Amino acid sequence: MSTLQKHTDREYEAELETLKEKLLLMGARTEELISQAMRAFAERDADSARLTMRIDRQVDQLELDIDQLCLKILARRQPVASDLRLITTTMKLVTDLERIGDLGVNVCERVIELSAEPPLPATQSVTRIAEAALAMLHDSLDAFVAGNTELAEEVIERDGQVDSYYAQLFPELLQLMMKDSGSVFRATRLQSIAKYLERIADHATNIAEMVVFMVRGKDVRHAFALSRGDG
Amino acid sequence: MIQSLALARTSEATRESARTPARPSAAPDRPKMRAEALRAHFGKTEVLKGITLPVESTTVTAIIGPSGCGKSTFIRCLNRMHEVVSGARVAGKVLLDLQDIYAPDVDPVRVRRRVGMVFQKPNPFPTMTIRENVLAGLKLNGLRPKDTEELVERALRQVALWDEVKDVLSRSGTSLSGGQQQRLCIARSLALEPEVLLMDEPCSALDPIATARVEELIHELRERYTIVIVTHNMQQAARVADFTAFFYLGELVEYDRTDVIFTRPSEKKTEDYITGRFG
Repeated sequence: MSTLQKHTDREYEAELETLKEKLLLMGARTEELISQAMRAFAERDADSARLTMRIDRQVDQLELDIDQLCLKILARRQPVASDLRLITTTMKLVTDLERIGDLGVNVCERVIELSAEPPLPATQSVTRIAEAALAMLHDSLDAFVAGNTELAEEVIERDGQVDSYYAQLFPELLQLMMKDSGSVFRATRLQSIAKYLERIADHATNIAEMVVFMVRGKDVRHAFALSRGDG
Repeated sequence: MIQSLALARTSEATRESARTPARPSAAPDRPKMRAEALRAHFGKTEVLKGITLPVESTTVTAIIGPSGCGKSTFIRCLNRMHEVVSGARVAGKVLLDLQDIYAPDVDPVRVRRRVGMVFQKPNPFPTMTIRENVLAGLKLNGLRPKDTEELVERALRQVALWDEVKDVLSRSGTSLSGGQQQRLCIARSLALEPEVLLMDEPCSALDPIATARVEELIHELRERYTIVIVTHNMQQAARVADFTAFFYLGELVEYDRTDVIFTRPSEKKTEDYITGRFG
């Protein structure tokens, strides 16, 4: 994609550039939201969690702006080929980013609830999921910027690792709750955070799959799901 | 001498066909027409540089490309109209149902009956009535059908013009609107019952409503006829064509199913052209 010439119509070229810039900004804000939410989680900082939740408003506004710009380009330019794939990919990508933003807000809400409670030993396992999910989000956005399908495919492969971390956490939490019924409130909150992170990794996978489509024109969504045997 | 020329042409055709893009999977087995190593000249200028391209039966094939790429010349070669221009020459083959229309024993007038043409500007004969315009092609070919009234009605119904003109058949063809005139010209071509219909920018002089009518008509005609349309309007190619060929500087750059060309073309040149990155 990067080897393509510029459009003869400069206004069209500028519209596509603006679209890409806004999308990158939305990606950056989403990443910021998740990483600050996880810092607030690690530091058990309710105030920081509350501040972090505000970033979601910017994410939501960017979603509206980008959707509007995509509609405008579709209506006025009737894009085809790589331009069409960029626009359709963008329209799907913003939905994933917006959902990631919402999940970040959910993490912050649980952090606020947990900050008043004593810590649980399973915190480390949740952090491990967070690091993997955040790296996937970061790399999927990098893959989009560079049109790097190899990196995108790597991200898709890594989703299995996050799923496995998540599966390992559940028995750990169950054991804690069986040992100490006083830990149920905290353990279920941790379980929720882990689920949000696992969902963030799923959205990052969606982004990576769309990057492959955008660059190669080949839809890999179900191919990867089927090859993993999870339909 | 003739034999060696024929041999040279055959080997040229073989070489050219090796460069033909892979046949799209949805295409039927035998094309209605097929250009093989087709070259066309205006004097010393070569405007088609060895085109090998199938035209699948009862489908719409769009030819797209910038001005001067040879797309109009190409379709004019498909019914031997290129050669009527002084200094124009054609080499290579054009097969119609596997028979080379450029073979020495082929009558070009008969070819043009089987392969009709509709032009860019609606061109009804100004001194003729609507009825006479529909029958003009038959008359020029020396044909006298038994029931002309039925034939006129059938041709006008095929182009969805009958209800609009049935009460004014004796009026001049030029009294109609631009869109109606173009449909009248299509009816004139259809009256000869061609097998292939060539359309050279048929909507470029029409407003959006008239364009939509002609496009709808193309959809209907595709059931019975094989259509090749030259268009500058890429959205029109995307809307009406089953297959699209992209020409550039007299060469075929890419040929594939229309949905493939407009979503994931294989050639960078096609991508650059259809996305507006040329120049």
